[in-house]
Amino acid sequence: METVRRVISVVVLNEAQVLARVSGLFAGRGYNIETLTVAPIPETDLSHMTIVTRGNQRVIEQITKQLHKLIPTLKVIEHSEMVEKEMVLVKFPIEEKLSDIQALCAAYNGGIVNVGENMVIAMAADEPVRIKHFITATKRYNPIEIVRSGVVAMER
Amino acid sequence: MKMSGAQMIIEAIIAEGVTKVFGYPGGAIMNVYDEIYKQNDFEHILTRHEQAAVHAADGYARASGDVGVAMVTSGPGFTNAVTGLATAYTDSVPLVVISGQVPLSLIGTDGFQEVDAVGISRACTKHNYLVHDIAELPRILKEAFYIARSGRPGPVLVDVPKDITGEIAEFVYPSDVHLPTYKPNYKGNDRQIKKAAEAILKAKKPLLYLGGGVVLSNATDVVRRLAEISQMPAVETLMARGVMGADNPLLMGMLGMHGNYASNMAMSETDLVISLGARFDDRVTGKLSEFAKYADVIHVDIDPANIAKLVDVDYPIVGDINIVVEKLIGHLEERIKPERYQVWRDILKRYDELHPLTYHDSDEVIKPQWVIERIGEKVGADAVITSDVGQHQMWAAQFYPFDRPRQWINSGGLGTMGYGFPAAIGAQVACPDKHVINITGDGSILMNVQELVTASENKLPVINVILNNHFLGMVRQWQTFFYDKRYAETDLSYQPNWKLLAEACGGAGYDVTTKAEFDAALDAALEGGKVTFINVAVDRLENVLPMVPAGGALYNMLLEHKES
Ligand SMILES: Cc1ncc(C[n+]2csc(CCOP(=O)(O)OP(=O)(O)O)c2C)c(N)n1
Repeated sequence: METVRRVISVVVLNEAQVLARVSGLFAGRGYNIETLTVAPIPETDLSHMTIVTRGNQRVIEQITKQLHKLIPTLKVIEHSEMVEKEMVLVKFPIEEKLSDIQALCAAYNGGIVNVGENMVIAMAADEPVRIKHFITATKRYNPIEIVRSGVVAMER
Repeated sequence: MKMSGAQMIIEAIIAEGVTKVFGYPGGAIMNVYDEIYKQNDFEHILTRHEQAAVHAADGYARASGDVGVAMVTSGPGFTNAVTGLATAYTDSVPLVVISGQVPLSLIGTDGFQEVDAVGISRACTKHNYLVHDIAELPRILKEAFYIARSGRPGPVLVDVPKDITGEIAEFVYPSDVHLPTYKPNYKGNDRQIKKAAEAILKAKKPLLYLGGGVVLSNATDVVRRLAEISQMPAVETLMARGVMGADNPLLMGMLGMHGNYASNMAMSETDLVISLGARFDDRVTGKLSEFAKYADVIHVDIDPANIAKLVDVDYPIVGDINIVVEKLIGHLEERIKPERYQVWRDILKRYDELHPLTYHDSDEVIKPQWVIERIGEKVGADAVITSDVGQHQMWAAQFYPFDRPRQWINSGGLGTMGYGFPAAIGAQVACPDKHVINITGDGSILMNVQELVTASENKLPVINVILNNHFLGMVRQWQTFFYDKRYAETDLSYQPNWKLLAEACGGAGYDVTTKAEFDAALDAALEGGKVTFINVAVDRLENVLPMVPAGGALYNMLLEHKES
């Protein structure tokens, strides 16, 4: 069976151990996690997790079922039709061409967000594939550090 | 009413209708034991090891159909209980296990007897809780019992810090649970059920594939009725022995690695598998790509994650077997023609005549299979049979005439040596009027042998029949077949004196080397009313056959019992 990339959204009760239950499930059953993000859903006692994973169709189906089986899981959404976004922070030496960096970030919904004595921090927020392109493009300006947020997604 | 956390635990146990609790005290759980001392509503049975306490609660649950309750202290008390949790989890047994924990203020400080119980047990419980606040204790206790019993049953751990058991707060035991994230589906999808019924009507070689779920959901009657009206043949997994009844002509036997020829051939040639509460375990399927190769699959299970986990399923039905099969019968009753499957039944009958489940009996040495048959002749449907893990377990499953569900209790999924004796203790507590016989090996029995004392003290006349081959027999069998007879660390020639061992703990012991001695010992044990060891010297090199080598196709069985 063919390996596919999938984005899975999980709505869980925001309670102790819940992240451990989810990550433990992936570790224990040998599933792969590419990215995992989690944050509370405003004005509820729920959290939203977005997990990017890879596997064949049977594995993906098992992942969604096993996630659903966890007692604190309210909802599992597994779709190929998801709007996905990812954010990235990149630190550059101050000597680099700031106007070029500014322009590059602008093309990826970002900009320079912090300037220090000998570095600047820029950010971009875009589709995961585009974020990859962005990171490749930044190479020219000798990035010192790159931090990606992982993917967040919403069903269309 | 205001009370301590410890009292809340007692009140919850009583409110849940629990009458027996198995356990072992220690520092972190002492407040609860102090309350146990003061009450008379339930009986606490002190095992001599926490693993045994959980297995006993598990045996109690399997024999009675009720939830089993066990109690242990923190740290080593809890870690000793882990094998029990994992055993119950793999076989979907409803348990509530309460463990003490160090006080909240010490959690995370590597305190004395602190271990991360919820962390360790996450993968071997259906759910677990660490209680952070006494205000949530009543709700958590209620949920624990509800989750353990409902849906696909399983063990639930409640880890309670010592200061919470000592704290006083208002107690109202909830009458309901409020769990929006946990809603098992019992009903089954009507459209799928209808389609499945049509598939049965169209099939030429349908086969009922019955698993432990039929026992767990108390669905034996309705399953037997489905077989009866349709005259479809059936095979049972290790966990479903007793569902069809030994004398039922529709029962082909047990399938899988040590299944009989007709059952494994039935699965290999069927055109429609009707899987009820079974989970396509690798010990059942053998090589997956060859398993039920010509069949469509109807898969009924309460746990959606079991469906299509290993094989492709044509008719997935999530639901309770009782409800789903009742609906199936509704669709089939008027229309099904049992004659349709006559040819199929004849084929299977011929397979069974070709290679019946058998063994070569002997006058010189006792054959283990003979012992099982003999016990069956003596106590048959009256007894509850537990077992440990190994050859003896497979012979018991093959040769005992199981007639009803909950008569056969064994660790099928995890294969836990040391399970049988404490489980038998739990079963004896649940069924005081029945004979409870643990069929065990000279390896397995030593893994919880200290329970002789528990059984003696509580006057629980469990009979342990030790099929003694002076080997870790099942491992020795694999060494014979697949490791060129290099018997690495499986020779158990150095033996205890079994009779004296039993007697030293207040039980009775018999050493048996002939059939006549076995009969006499069994009679005496059945009469004796004491926990008993019957140490039976059996043929050392007997193998469990048929055998499908691990990973092989189900239809490729080693069949011949060669004279040794
Ligand atoms: C706790 C545990 N350890 C190891 C095993 C591996 N194992 C499976 S069967 C077996 C041999 C059992 O020997 P015995 O109880 O004498 O039974 P026999 O096979 O001889 O009937 C072993 C070691 C196991 N199933 N459980």
